[in-house]
Amino acid sequence: MSIETPAVATKGDAAKLDRVVIRFAGDSGDGMQLVGDRFTELSAAFGNDLATLPNYPAEIRAPAGTVAGVSSFQVHISDHDIVTPGDGPNVLVAMNPAALKANLSDLSPGSTVIVNVDGFGERDLDKAGYLDNPLHDGSLAAFTVYEVPMTSITIEATRDLQVKPRVAERSKNFFALGLICWMYTRPVKPIVEWIEAKYAKKEQVREANLAAFRAGRNFGETAELFDHPYEVEPASLPPGTYTNIVGNAAVAYGLIAGAQQAKLQMVYASYPITPASDILHELSKHKNFGVRTMQAEDEIAAAAIAVGAAFSGALAVTGTSGPGLDLKAEAIGLAVSLELPMVIVDVQRAGPSTGMPTKTEQTDLLLALYGRHGESPVPVVAATSSSDCFAAAFEAVRLAVKYRTPVILLTDGYLANGAEPWRLPDLSALPDISVPFATEANHDNGFWPYLRDPTTLARPWAIPGTPGLMHRIGGIEKEDGSGNISYQPENHERMVHLRQAKVDGIAADIPGVELDHQDGAELLVIGWGSTWGAIKAGVRRVRAGGEAVAHAHLRHLNPFPADLGDVLARYPKVLCPEMNLGQLAMLLRGRYLVDVRSYTKVRGVPFRAAEMEARMLEEIRR
Amino acid sequence: MNETAGVTLTRKDFESDQEVRWCPGCGDYSILAALQSVFPEIGMQPHDTVFVSGIGCAARLPYYMNTYGVHSIHGRAPALATGVAMTQPDLHVWVIGGDGDMLSIGGNHLIHALRRNVNIKILMFNNQIYGLTKGQYSPTSEQGKVTKSTPFGSIDHPFNPISVAIGSEASFVARTHDMDRKHMMETFRRAHEHRGAAFVEVYQNCNVFNDGAFDAILKKDARPDMLIPLRHGEPIRFGADGAHGVAVNRFGEPYVCEVADVGEDGLLIHDEHRPDPTLAFSLSRLSTGPHMPTPIGVFRDVDRPVYEVEVAAQVDAAVERQGPGDLAAVLASGPTWTVP
Ligand SMILES: Cc1ncc(C[n+]2csc(CCOP(=O)(O)OP(=O)(O)O)c2C)c(N)n1
Ligand code: SF4
Ligand SMILES: [Mg+2]
Repeated sequence: MSIETPAVATKGDAAKLDRVVIRFAGDSGDGMQLVGDRFTELSAAFGNDLATLPNYPAEIRAPAGTVAGVSSFQVHISDHDIVTPGDGPNVLVAMNPAALKANLSDLSPGSTVIVNVDGFGERDLDKAGYLDNPLHDGSLAAFTVYEVPMTSITIEATRDLQVKPRVAERSKNFFALGLICWMYTRPVKPIVEWIEAKYAKKEQVREANLAAFRAGRNFGETAELFDHPYEVEPASLPPGTYTNIVGNAAVAYGLIAGAQQAKLQMVYASYPITPASDILHELSKHKNFGVRTMQAEDEIAAAAIAVGAAFSGALAVTGTSGPGLDLKAEAIGLAVSLELPMVIVDVQRAGPSTGMPTKTEQTDLLLALYGRHGESPVPVVAATSSSDCFAAAFEAVRLAVKYRTPVILLTDGYLANGAEPWRLPDLSALPDISVPFATEANHDNGFWPYLRDPTTLARPWAIPGTPGLMHRIGGIEKEDGSGNISYQPENHERMVHLRQAKVDGIAADIPGVELDHQDGAELLVIGWGSTWGAIKAGVRRVRAGGEAVAHAHLRHLNPFPADLGDVLARYPKVLCPEMNLGQLAMLLRGRYLVDVRSYTKVRGVPFRAAEMEARMLEEIRR
Repeated sequence: MNETAGVTLTRKDFESDQEVRWCPGCGDYSILAALQSVFPEIGMQPHDTVFVSGIGCAARLPYYMNTYGVHSIHGRAPALATGVAMTQPDLHVWVIGGDGDMLSIGGNHLIHALRRNVNIKILMFNNQIYGLTKGQYSPTSEQGKVTKSTPFGSIDHPFNPISVAIGSEASFVARTHDMDRKHMMETFRRAHEHRGAAFVEVYQNCNVFNDGAFDAILKKDARPDMLIPLRHGEPIRFGADGAHGVAVNRFGEPYVCEVADVGEDGLLIHDEHRPDPTLAFSLSRLSTGPHMPTPIGVFRDVDRPVYEVEVAAQVDAAVERQGPGDLAAVLASGPTWTVP
């Protein structure tokens, strides 16, 4: 069975597919994210494995009808385990010419295009920059094109409801959803129930959406445009209870789990920024966990509030995206010096500066490692998939608390908003990661705040309110042990080395490299963060083609796993794909003197399986 | 005097073992002494008190207090202190900083801490200069100030810190100065007793880089005619023989007057608790700098909900409403399906 095009087996009325990639595309105001979400939930509940890729403009209302204003939602559903949202769509739903134009280059020949032909008026074509109507000029000859008058049928279907024409017209996204649900034999009931619940109080909208949804299904059934619907059967995933999860929610839950297992109250301070705000939104809903959330006046304040909370005995967390991480640098450096636990979440987005706020990138790795003045080592942890954000956040909390250090957790826009099924974890199996607060003097001269644990090198955490342990600490260099101000040269050198040794020592407390080796592999592909899915899909394709390749993926970027040097040395060729200009590759080359080849992409969208496969084959044949 | 387990605390209990390292003659010494003297009187305990500071000469103060302390980064102390207060609302949190720390780099955090009414006591040591960085002009320096960075005189118009605080919705605003230990102690006591954010401007002499900046109003013989003491419920009156006072003109604006001209009944009665801040703000505008009659004491003291208390109340209410958090239930609260 080919991996490239979905395998089809005709069976009665419906034809079977092993997988399909559908992209809903329209104007930002067309409700594409909404119907994409619905189709995703529906397919998840149906039992497919899936992955999604939302893509929308940074502007809330970009100019209507223009290419810049196009919003799309891609969902990959399958009857087997998948790891990416798919390369290009097999089916593109385009609500207007701009949506067609913006997405056409992602389609491979033979794909299906369903257009809302009512949206292809002269003005619409004009706004999208089309001189000729692409539906008539032969430029779509490579595709199977269905022209469906979605707007007019929707208005017709809602005629008897006495809804305002504007409301009727706006329901056309549910027509598109209805049609796609028919095409892929999705159950009707969950959508109907969802519409009824969601718009319970808005009768007109509810009725119009229901009518549009039904009209879309009926159109598929009766229009004789389509030969037959398709089926994508449930995937056989490991047993368990599943839910759909996006990365930002998984981060929030991982932090809550971390706080619980560390037996600490969480303080989460943040300043709104795309694509990190949803972590703040999510945590703010869960105050009954004792979570204290706070929208600070800026990112500097948020980080400083977190430092104050950490000093006072909370699990202190601050979340942001690139521009905010720039601002937090000085406070993170303070936490390094104060040796207090704190988690900084950076949901990476395309930079520099404002860059492309809603687009994904992995360009903050070196900033996370080195973006502070002075020798300022900070452990860095990265999540590999939307659901993995839970475990990654938990790990960041564990390290922060155990080693009394700020820890940076890297996710990115793709993980933050992309959804995938997640087998709910067994929370009772999570380890106890609590550490005791200091309660008594630790030295003849009373309490010494920098008298370290000999194993972890962590200093005692004595929180205000504890009788007898009053102490003053600050960003000025401290005397080893007593913590008193010291400008002594030897002491400073010792402290610089101690802070570094504490972070380096974490290597003994983390697993070895997560390695997917294959006998005979000469090529090792090494990645970090959200490229995991694309690399894995590329590796599967290469192996399906009969070649051998190994895949290593890093959860810990600082310190690296202890065996990383040995693993790298085992393979004659090492390829490092990254959504930056080669930041991990540079670290690996510098650290291990290995000839790592960099494979980079900075287009604001994830790597595709096909491009991974091609590049791996190129390396193998080199 | 306050007692813990039968032990009477004294000023000594609030002195840390660190050698105090300000320049000899610096006004910071007397402010520190006033704090250490008043703390036993107002029932403070070293272990439940936290001093948070930014960077500057003033910001070194926490090292000298035998309490918990964080000497943090330039300008961010009000934010850091907010994190302390949110985590442990029962602590007594004091914030120390200079005019540069609080009004220049940290201006944003100051105004937001004040408007939120976090229960922190902010003491701003105003020496109208950057001391630690050796004498550049500050946001409170008078226009035309000649310093190393402004050899031809500064062009900036200065802040009036009391006006800034009142404009930031502060619920407690006061001014005191380093030449009067009793007045400082009384002002700090009042700040401590206030529930919510307290902003206290302390005129402080930097005898190295801005010596005598306040001489015109703080020299012993100048004080009677140049300081306007504000006392709640009393007519605002000053001068060696009480000859001057403050009255209000027909636009509602306070102005300095001769009691002989307006009569005793014509004087403005000071009301710290006026809900509307307009009059307190106008009082802060009576003087544009320490060279003319200047009000000292408490400008404003009003009651407002305290930030961290409200934060905790929302947490409690959520527990009341939803029960204590059950993460497994939250994870399973969206659509779920089971693979057998
Ligand atoms: C980010 C940053 N910028 C600049 C400085 C340098 N700096 C230290 S203190 C200070 C100004 C101090 O003036 P003020 O706050 O009035 O305190 P004073 O020394 O007068 O008490 C400056 C600019 C710093 N420490 N950090
Ligand atoms: S420089 Fe000025 S403010 Fe700083 S310690 Fe010396 S006298 Fe005091
Ligand atoms: Mg100053």
